[in-house]
Amino acid sequence: MSKIKSKFKVLRSKNQKALIAYVMAGFPTEKDTISAIRGLVKGGADIIELGMPFSDPLADGPVIQHAGFTSLQKGMNFSRFLELVKKIRKETDIPLVLMTYTNILYRQGYDRFISTVKKAGIDGLILPDMSIGESHEFLKAAKKNGVDTIFLISPNTEPDRIKKISDASSGFLYLVSVFGTTGGQQKFQGYTTHAIKNAKKILASKIPLGVGFGVSTPEQAKLMISSGADAIIVGSAFLRLIEGTPSNKIEEKIRSFTSSLKKTTLPE
Amino acid sequence: MKIKYPKNGKFGEFGGSYIPETLVPAVEELEQAYLKYKNDPDFKKELHYYLTQYAGRPTPLYYAENLTKFAGGAKIYLKREDLLHGGAHKINNTLGQALLAKRMKKKRIIAETGAGQHGVATAMACSALGLDGEVYMGYKDTQRQKLNVFRMNLLGTKVHPVKDGTQTLKDAINEAIRDWITNVETTYYLLGSAVGPHPYPVMVRDFQSVIGDEIKTQMKKLERKSPDSVVACVGGGSNAIGTFYPLIDEDTQMYGVEAGGMGVKSGHHSATLVGGSKGVLHGMLTYLLQDKEGQISETHSISAGLDYPGVGPEHSYLKDSKRVKYDAVNDREAVEAFLLLSKHEGIIPALESSHAVAYAIKLARKMSKSESIVVTLSGRGDKDVEEVGRYLSKNVKNKIKV
Repeated sequence: MSKIKSKFKVLRSKNQKALIAYVMAGFPTEKDTISAIRGLVKGGADIIELGMPFSDPLADGPVIQHAGFTSLQKGMNFSRFLELVKKIRKETDIPLVLMTYTNILYRQGYDRFISTVKKAGIDGLILPDMSIGESHEFLKAAKKNGVDTIFLISPNTEPDRIKKISDASSGFLYLVSVFGTTGGQQKFQGYTTHAIKNAKKILASKIPLGVGFGVSTPEQAKLMISSGADAIIVGSAFLRLIEGTPSNKIEEKIRSFTSSLKKTTLPE
Repeated sequence: MKIKYPKNGKFGEFGGSYIPETLVPAVEELEQAYLKYKNDPDFKKELHYYLTQYAGRPTPLYYAENLTKFAGGAKIYLKREDLLHGGAHKINNTLGQALLAKRMKKKRIIAETGAGQHGVATAMACSALGLDGEVYMGYKDTQRQKLNVFRMNLLGTKVHPVKDGTQTLKDAINEAIRDWITNVETTYYLLGSAVGPHPYPVMVRDFQSVIGDEIKTQMKKLERKSPDSVVACVGGGSNAIGTFYPLIDEDTQMYGVEAGGMGVKSGHHSATLVGGSKGVLHGMLTYLLQDKEGQISETHSISAGLDYPGVGPEHSYLKDSKRVKYDAVNDREAVEAFLLLSKHEGIIPALESSHAVAYAIKLARKMSKSESIVVTLSGRGDKDVEEVGRYLSKNVKNKIKV
């Protein structure tokens, strides 16, 4: 059983939901990423998504765009990313999901890329521009290397397509909560909770449903969970916190924010 | 060789649809609407009306006698897309897509633009058809193409300068796609080149094929056969694919000319097919300029309209199948051709089109006087006079002679 799958199994047995946290590798520095991850683990995050920057992140809002450009400018590349993953792996065995864009994998070849990141300690992959119709080679390589493939669905995805996408997904399925890019959503509309309920009805207990894009506060996390989400995914809010905090305080700040989010996933 | 409609959006291995899931229903809706209307008599009639009465089609095929004499080889004909309303071929596509958007009941139109020609053509179509237009344009491009920003504003379209990334066309496309993701239910994305996810490349090609169709008919009258060669510039590649596609099954040599910038070896260029490698960007699998890890490279060209690290997937297919030869012309050669055509023919070409003119002059010299070349003059160069002036004053030392 994959690390992500067994994590959800353990959480279910404790009647908890999952907190999934996103950070951009190397933002603002690799050292800060390590501090942030220490804070995430101590604060009780269940799964970590690690962003590998891409020059043209067209599904991302301003916060993640800025983080990615900063990281690239400071020299983030594939070998440094692998070093970072290996360092993280020395400290924690928390499930690690790599989030980037299709071209980064395509350029090296899906199989070569995936087998390399798997060896470094990556458990799953999220590619926001990988459509199911184009995913044959990608899926084959991921399966061969035992890496979970987390696809995304949206509030406007048709039920038949949700089924098809969930068949190709492993670990969890990622519901994009809003029409928009990643980053701070002030207020969620009814269609978001409707989309969660609808997706849950289709998925039943086949695969856990994570909800993200713009979830940034404990109140919003609660709303997603009460609508049926099995996991909440928070990204931009962590990046904003990291950027606004001096390096020596990042671990503590992140720990405390993480724990406030994690509370919303515990049984009442 | 000729792919009428790409199955699953694929031209060979190229094209496809690599997009965020939120856009999937929008792209499917677009494809259905396009398939429904492309052969619909009312739609065709209305498009024909606007193309002839509003945009000024058909455009002349002008025998450039002075340029032919200057080159001293094959006869050079100019397909005068520069005479269209707005000053470029872009309006062939914007009228088609805007009429489609209307039938799809989308009132808000967004578009990206590089040199500003597609932005202007979008603004015109929106104004004429009563739609609301908004255009994304790289900040760097708004600075070097100020005239077109002013024109778009005059036409009632809002211009959003994009300050991310390289501040050019690719970033304008990123930002337009982000807008589309956010406003997907109300908004029509009017893409300006034969790029992006399926069905854009085939749809834009079809709307631009009027260029090649007319060339075919006009050359049959003038020379009693299809042209021996055609030459068109390639950025995203819409005027080129519109020129090539109707002639693919003819006995015509085809040349696509990319922007060589400061030289393909210098690394400062936009010659995607000449110097690029396969990858995925803006929803399509195609040739790209990128580094070994898949990060998209910064491109350079004196012409903002060719300054793009990708290219339409059908061009990638035509390159690999060797039906079209792709080559590059650098900034300096393009400026020389800009000056030459202005001086010898009284026609000021767009810097984009100047790349094709430069290549055609070289090609003509290698061909016999009984042969013919058609160059698609995709746009006029009024927008470029300042940029050329800047280039000439910067390069006074190695003076350009015409």
